[in-house]
Amino acid sequence: MQMTTPPPTRIAKDLANRKLIVQRTFFGPIDLVWRAWTEKDLLEQWWAPKPFKAVTKSYDFREGGHWLYYMLGPDGSKMFACFNFHTIQPQRGFTGDDFFCDENGVRTDLYPGMAWKNEFRPVPEGTEVTVDVTFQSEADLQRIVELGFEEGFTMAHGNLDELLAQHR
Amino acid sequence: MSPKARRDIFQAIADPTRRAIISLLVLQAMTPNALAENFSVSRQAISKHIRILDECGIIECRHQGREIFYQVPPEKLKSVADWIEQFRQLWEQRYTQLDDLLLQLKPKTNANDNPSSDANC
Repeated sequence: MQMTTPPPTRIAKDLANRKLIVQRTFFGPIDLVWRAWTEKDLLEQWWAPKPFKAVTKSYDFREGGHWLYYMLGPDGSKMFACFNFHTIQPQRGFTGDDFFCDENGVRTDLYPGMAWKNEFRPVPEGTEVTVDVTFQSEADLQRIVELGFEEGFTMAHGNLDELLAQHR
Repeated sequence: MSPKARRDIFQAIADPTRRAIISLLVLQAMTPNALAENFSVSRQAISKHIRILDECGIIECRHQGREIFYQVPPEKLKSVADWIEQFRQLWEQRYTQLDDLLLQLKPKTNANDNPSSDANC
């Protein structure tokens, strides 16, 4: 395997518990992958699927802290979201929940969120990251798609193919 | 309080027997008896699965004389598959971006092994 070809992203479904589990290995040491996940300047560079951009309003990575940010759309639209950090074990993992909110971080009840458990593990190739997302209901997942990500994803898919081609 | 607990489509497809029932009822409308003939489990167990599928809002029933026919409209399943595909695409895109970022960061951390370095901030 070429070191520059990214490993596949594996998605496991635990539908009885409304869970989706995303597992991926990255070619980078755990300290670097951890930083990319937990330092806002790095997180902003990859969190939003193109052509969206993640823009931080406030960031406080500690237990009980939160990340208030918005997804800036190509048409200038802003969709605010907040990620609450619950537990943090440096370079091991963190848990939290996220939800859509207004620009002040006030939760908008229309869009209930998801519970997250992110785990980091050193492997021979680099770092394995397991993201465990639990949706409160089927409706949550549907709403998230309806919020306009759909178009972004479709556009992103084209970008992804290009990027993957560059990596070969 | 409604005697009919609302469930969702994820519960419908979480069980292997229900998935098998769905795959039959997507193809054709069947009576409970005809359906049960395809399974080794009891007729009672099949009835229970049908009830759950009904509570999930995934099956439609039609009365014809004394018989009742069940069917699963294909769009009910397609909607779930679509959401998961969207989810997969989001993460693949994100992670491709993260791969690129890690490639950019690597030389800098090799030069300075201190993980708390804020050279990139």
